[in-house]
Amino acid sequence: MYQYDDFDDTFVRERVEIFRSQVARRLDGSLTEDEFKPLRLQNGLYLQLHAYMLRVAIPYGTLSSRQMRQLAMIAERWDKGYGHFTTRQNIQFNWPKLRDVPDILGALADVGMHAIQTSGNCVRNVTADHFAGAAADEIEDPRPTAELVRQWSTDHPEFAFLPRKFKIAVSGSPNDRAVTKSHDIGLRMVLNDAGEPGYEVSVGGGLGRTPILAQVIRRFLPKADLLPYLEAILQVYNLRGRRDNKHKARLKIVLHEHGLEQVRLWVEEAFQAQRTLFTPPDDLIRKIAASFTEPQWKDAPVPPVLSPGVAQFLRTNVARHKRLDHAIVTVSLKARGETPGDATAEQMRVLANLAERYSHDELRISHEQNVILPHVHRADLAAVHAALERVGLATPNAGLISDIISCPGMDYCALATARSIPVAKGIAEAFADMARQRDIGGLKIKISGCINACGHHHVGHIGILGLEKAGVESYQVTLGGDGTETAAIGERAGPGFSADEIVPAVERLVEAYLALRASRDETFIRTYRRLGAQPFKDALYPEVKSDAA
Amino acid sequence: MAKKFKTSIVTANDLLTGDVVYLTAAGDWSLRHGDAELLTEEAQAQTLLRAAEEQYDQVVGPYLAEAEPGPDGARPIHFREAFRARGPSNYPHGKQAQG
Repeated sequence: MYQYDDFDDTFVRERVEIFRSQVARRLDGSLTEDEFKPLRLQNGLYLQLHAYMLRVAIPYGTLSSRQMRQLAMIAERWDKGYGHFTTRQNIQFNWPKLRDVPDILGALADVGMHAIQTSGNCVRNVTADHFAGAAADEIEDPRPTAELVRQWSTDHPEFAFLPRKFKIAVSGSPNDRAVTKSHDIGLRMVLNDAGEPGYEVSVGGGLGRTPILAQVIRRFLPKADLLPYLEAILQVYNLRGRRDNKHKARLKIVLHEHGLEQVRLWVEEAFQAQRTLFTPPDDLIRKIAASFTEPQWKDAPVPPVLSPGVAQFLRTNVARHKRLDHAIVTVSLKARGETPGDATAEQMRVLANLAERYSHDELRISHEQNVILPHVHRADLAAVHAALERVGLATPNAGLISDIISCPGMDYCALATARSIPVAKGIAEAFADMARQRDIGGLKIKISGCINACGHHHVGHIGILGLEKAGVESYQVTLGGDGTETAAIGERAGPGFSADEIVPAVERLVEAYLALRASRDETFIRTYRRLGAQPFKDALYPEVKSDAA
Repeated sequence: MAKKFKTSIVTANDLLTGDVVYLTAAGDWSLRHGDAELLTEEAQAQTLLRAAEEQYDQVVGPYLAEAEPGPDGARPIHFREAFRARGPSNYPHGKQAQG
C-alpha cells in the first residue's frame, strides 16, 4: 500500500491545523455560516438532517488494518459506534460534533487519511475496482494509476473550483467492477496491438438527474501520457463547463451540448500543448509502483472439503484470485435487518484483525458497500468464515437480491426526498429465505433517496428512486440498468409506488422473472434483455394489464 | 405566485452538535418539536426568522417549517419535518434516544 511520505504527512497535518483554527473562529462568532460552509465542505464536513456528517476519503477503496482500526476508534470515541461505507468507497460518520472534528481529522492524519476533496466542485476521491491487485481477470493492478491520479488531483490549484464535482474511476480488468461508465472520466486498462498496457479513456458519464453513460474519447492512451491527457480533459471542462446552471454543470452536459467529436478536438489540442510542457514524474511513478508490489504469498496445501456453511459462503462471497490457492472474500454489510453499508466499531476491528492475519494486511471497500479481504489463502477460508460468523458478517448474499446498494436517504441526508434504508430493509426481509435468494440468483437492486442518485439506481437491474409526491414518499422503479462493462441506464417502468407498495411491487417483479426465465442460469438482467420491459411492467402494474385486456 | 403562508415554526440545527432545534415562545431553542412556538402571522414569522438568522453563533440554517397544533404542542406537517423531529428510522440515535 502507498505510505505517506514526509511531504504528504506535513501537508495533511497543516490542513488539520488550518481547519482547527477555522472551527475556532466559527465557534467564537468570527465567521458566519456562509463564510464557514465552504471551508468545512473542503474538509468533508456536511450538515445533514440530524447532525454533522464527516465524509472520509478511502482512496480507491484501499485500507490497511491499522487504518480500519482507527476508523473503529473514531466511530467509538467521537460518533455512535459505527460508520457508513458509501458507493464512492468513502466512509461517513453521521454524528460528529463540530468541536471534535479537528481532532478526528488529526486522528485520520495519524494513519495517513483525510477528508479533503470529499465535497465541493473539485476532483473527488478516485475510485477503483475493489478486486484490484487480486482479480484473476486483471490486466494490471489499477491502484498505482489511481494513486498517481490522487496525488495529481489533490490540491491541484487549477481544478479547485470546477463548474461542478468531478469523479474519476479506474479499472484494471475487462470486467468493469468500478462502474467506470458512470464517471466523468473512466479509465479502463487495455492492451494495444503490441501487448502494451494503456487506458481506454471514457468521458462524460454521470448519474443524477440526467443519467448518461460515458463515451470513449480515446481507444488507447499510453500510460506515460496519462497525466497530460487528464490535465487536458480537466482544462477543457474547466473552460467549457457551464457555471450558469448547477444542474447542467457536469462534463456530461458539455458532451451533450457540443458532441463527442468537438470535445475530442478540444482535448487533443490541449493535450498536445500540455505534453510539450510536461515532465514525466518518473521517480514518483517508481515510488508508487514500489508501494504496490505483491505480498509474500502464503504457501500451504488447499483443503479439499469444507463444511456446508462454508461451501455456501464460498459460492456467493468468494471470487477467483489471480493465484489459484488464494481467494477474494466479499464480506457482506447487508445482513438481514441491518442498514446497507454500516459497520460497527467491533465489526471494523474484527475485519482489521482478519485482514492482518489472513489477507496480507489489506482491506477494500467496494462501491457496493461491502468490505473485501482481497488475498485470503484457501486454507484459511474456514477460519475467516467462522470469525465473520461470530460478529454477524458471514451473510452469504454477495450479488444476490438482498445485497442492496442504498444511500442514506431521508433518514440522514438533507438533500433526500424520501427514505431509502427502510425500503432496502423491507426488500431484504421479504426475501430473507436464503434458498429463495439463491434460486433467484444474481440481481442488483440499487436505491436512491433522491434524484442525485448516490444509490446508483439508474444502473440497478431494478432501480428504486425515492421522491416526494403530494406530500408523501413515492418510489419510482427503473428496470434493466447495468453498471458493468455492459453498462446501461435503466428504463423508467411507470408511475411510482407508495412506501407500503414498493416492496410488494419488487416481489411481483421477481415472481415474474422466475416465471419468465428460460432456465435457472438465465439471470434477471438477461431475461429482461431477452424479453424487454413489457412483461415486467405487466407484473408491476397488473391493473393496467387487466384494463387493457 | 408566492406560496400562501401557513402556520409555521422556526427550526434550525445547533451549531455545536448539529442537533435539530426549535425556537420556543420564550425565545430560546429546544430539542423538542412540541416546544416550538406556532406562528400564525406571516409578518411575525419573518421577523423571528430574521432574528434567528442573526444568532449564527448558536444555530445554523434557520427556516420556517409548516406545523399545526397537536396534543403535545406543535407537530410537523411534512414527513421530512417529522423525520427531523424523530431521528433516523434505522437506529434509536436521534430524539428517540432522549425519550
